[in-house]
Amino acid sequence: MECKRKNEKSKSNSTFPDEVLELVLGMLKSRKDKSTVSLVCKEWYNAERWSRRSVFIGNCYSVSPEILTRRFPNIRSVTLKGKPRFADFNLVPANWGADIHSWLVVFAVKYPWLEELRLKRMTVTDESLEFLALKFPNFKALSLLSCDGFSTDGLAKIAANCKNLTELDIQENGIEDKSGNWLSCFPESFTSLEVLNFANLHYEVNFDALEKLVSRCKSLKTLKVNKSVTLKQLQRLLVHAPQLGELGTGSFSQELTPQQCSELGSAFKNCRNLHTLSGLWVATAQYLPVLYSACTNLTFLNFSYAPLDSDDLAKLLVHCPKLQRLWVVDSVEDKGLEAVGSHCPLLEELRVFPADPFDEGIVHGVTESGFIAVSQGCPRLHYVLYFCRQMTNAAVATVVQNCPDFTHFRLCIMHPGQPDYLTQDPMDEAFGAVVKTCTKLQRLAVSGYLTDLTFEYIGKYAKNLETLSVAFAGKSDWGMRCVLDGCPKLRKLEVRDCPFGNVALLSGSRKYESMRSLWMSDCKVTMNGVRLLAKEMPRLNVEVIKEERYETHQARKVYVYRSVAGPRRDAPPFVLTL
Amino acid sequence: MGSYESELNLKATELRLGLPGSDEPEKRSCSVRSNKRSSRESSVEESRCKSNVNSDDSTTTSDHDQESVQPAKVQVVGWPPIRSYRKNSLQQKKVEGDGSGIYVKVSMAGAPYLRKIDLKVYKSYPELLMALQTLFKCTFGEYSEREGYNGSEYAPTYEDKDGDWMLVGDVPWNMFVSSCKRLRIIKGSEAKGLGCL
Repeated sequence: MECKRKNEKSKSNSTFPDEVLELVLGMLKSRKDKSTVSLVCKEWYNAERWSRRSVFIGNCYSVSPEILTRRFPNIRSVTLKGKPRFADFNLVPANWGADIHSWLVVFAVKYPWLEELRLKRMTVTDESLEFLALKFPNFKALSLLSCDGFSTDGLAKIAANCKNLTELDIQENGIEDKSGNWLSCFPESFTSLEVLNFANLHYEVNFDALEKLVSRCKSLKTLKVNKSVTLKQLQRLLVHAPQLGELGTGSFSQELTPQQCSELGSAFKNCRNLHTLSGLWVATAQYLPVLYSACTNLTFLNFSYAPLDSDDLAKLLVHCPKLQRLWVVDSVEDKGLEAVGSHCPLLEELRVFPADPFDEGIVHGVTESGFIAVSQGCPRLHYVLYFCRQMTNAAVATVVQNCPDFTHFRLCIMHPGQPDYLTQDPMDEAFGAVVKTCTKLQRLAVSGYLTDLTFEYIGKYAKNLETLSVAFAGKSDWGMRCVLDGCPKLRKLEVRDCPFGNVALLSGSRKYESMRSLWMSDCKVTMNGVRLLAKEMPRLNVEVIKEERYETHQARKVYVYRSVAGPRRDAPPFVLTL
Repeated sequence: MGSYESELNLKATELRLGLPGSDEPEKRSCSVRSNKRSSRESSVEESRCKSNVNSDDSTTTSDHDQESVQPAKVQVVGWPPIRSYRKNSLQQKKVEGDGSGIYVKVSMAGAPYLRKIDLKVYKSYPELLMALQTLFKCTFGEYSEREGYNGSEYAPTYEDKDGDWMLVGDVPWNMFVSSCKRLRIIKGSEAKGLGCL
């Protein structure tokens, strides 16, 4: 594939040929490094832009496709993130925007050799998927996470037309699942697939088509099937693809004869390269042992959709000594987490999701003691996402003492504004301990009953903090001001249901230009405050989502972000740009 | 706790036990489910919350009948912060959950006795409708969102959690399975009223 060559003859003062400089700069892997070198001088800026093959855009409205394609003429891989993160929790109305189509139209002209597209929280229609499939002959990898707007019809177009496809990764999207027929659209001549993830699709696919696909795609490394695939079927797939590195199983709950069980166990045993395992869905404990032989080299176990109990988990973890990342449901309870602490000394990341977030049944879940147990056994722990119903300041302090290297600390005490359940104190000291001890902290999500003191601590100590999520916390504007004044590396701030108002909002005016975005919903910000901000900072996009039909002074949902593309041209009527 | 407390009305969002007015934030213990609130609190809440429950439940002032009535679950939009996909998946799990099946009665006008079917056995509407048609030797015809089962001899309806009689096929399958209490096959002529809304 010929890269576009520059037409202009660059007058270079240096004796270093441009092509060599391009080659060298092209070897830089880190995005930050690439940005830095482009600032050195004009020659380096030009060399860097010609050498760039992949681009990451954290906010699709911060730049336009025209500006992007003008600066970087040779892009092969694009990663785009669209809606504000709280869209995942229904706080952003439908049809807000972040539609990929206008990007694709420009890419079809400027990046006809586009190979990869990775989208998160974007709106993608079937029409766009068809456009993608037809206009980009070398298209290889499509990854859609938390997107919406498309159906399995669009996937069928991708399967049918992308002759060079290596990756199809469909995760947790708001998709219209019409049928499983899309999988049968891969032509019989198609063999290039390396990654296939349809775990979150509902409908049964034609197993015969799937089996044939898996057996002819010899380079398949990742296969994540959905829950309609049975254990018997899984066994057949594994026989065809023992080379798999990542496997997402179907449902683990079919009736098997001892013979079938043993065959399944052998099939797993033959998968010597397996490092990631997920799925299970509804799991019958008696079949879990078939997994044991495949667990020796496992580094990532994602059982976040499998409601296992503590015993099942414990028995499994005995076989997973190399585990680095573990995602579970809180049905494993504290006892299950004790097993984690006992058997997984290399653990770096733990995510515990709630089985019953709305307390509709008898709820147990995990508590502070499970958290402590993990921290005692896993000193390398640096990423935690923990949903619980009770927590204490002392427990959190103990946890970070055991694991001072946290980079991501996301604690969700599920009842808004709940204090330390033993002392009834605010949870200020818990997060104070986190920011004081964990100097490498990049991402923090706080919860529980918090006063401004928490934010004073954050502003004073969290000098590497980049992302902060706050809900139902704080006492006054002072809290938010502490954070805005004190955290030099802050890039994303998302706040909901806190008593922060215009003073807080405006105190960060200049700062927002150095951040990716600010989200404030159901706080105390008014339209006047937002207008003032917009006036003070013309280069920011200051948007209000107005869902109420009546006139109101309140600015209920505010989204502020820097952009070189100016105000949105595609804003729906309920998004007001000030 | 200060004056902001009343402005933010933290108490309104705090899920706890006890009658309104009592200040003890109790330790959450396992088995109690009731979350009835006074009408004052819930009216504040309603302007902010997406309630999953009948409006009558959340406006009642009496806490006496907590045991006998389905507890009012007032939920805050987008909280706890888990993705919709996962939430929907959990609801599905409740449907599939304990392996014991979801047996519902099926009645048909003119039939001498009722039948019972296990909704868990079916994965989609076409499967269910096929089974019903076979069981009762009747035909439903094509379903369309606009016309319902217009033009066919019979139509399938169901009673949902709220006690309303609904036409089978309008809501997503999983939502149907989790809200269907019983089924009733009615004559096409009766269905005309349901079909055209």
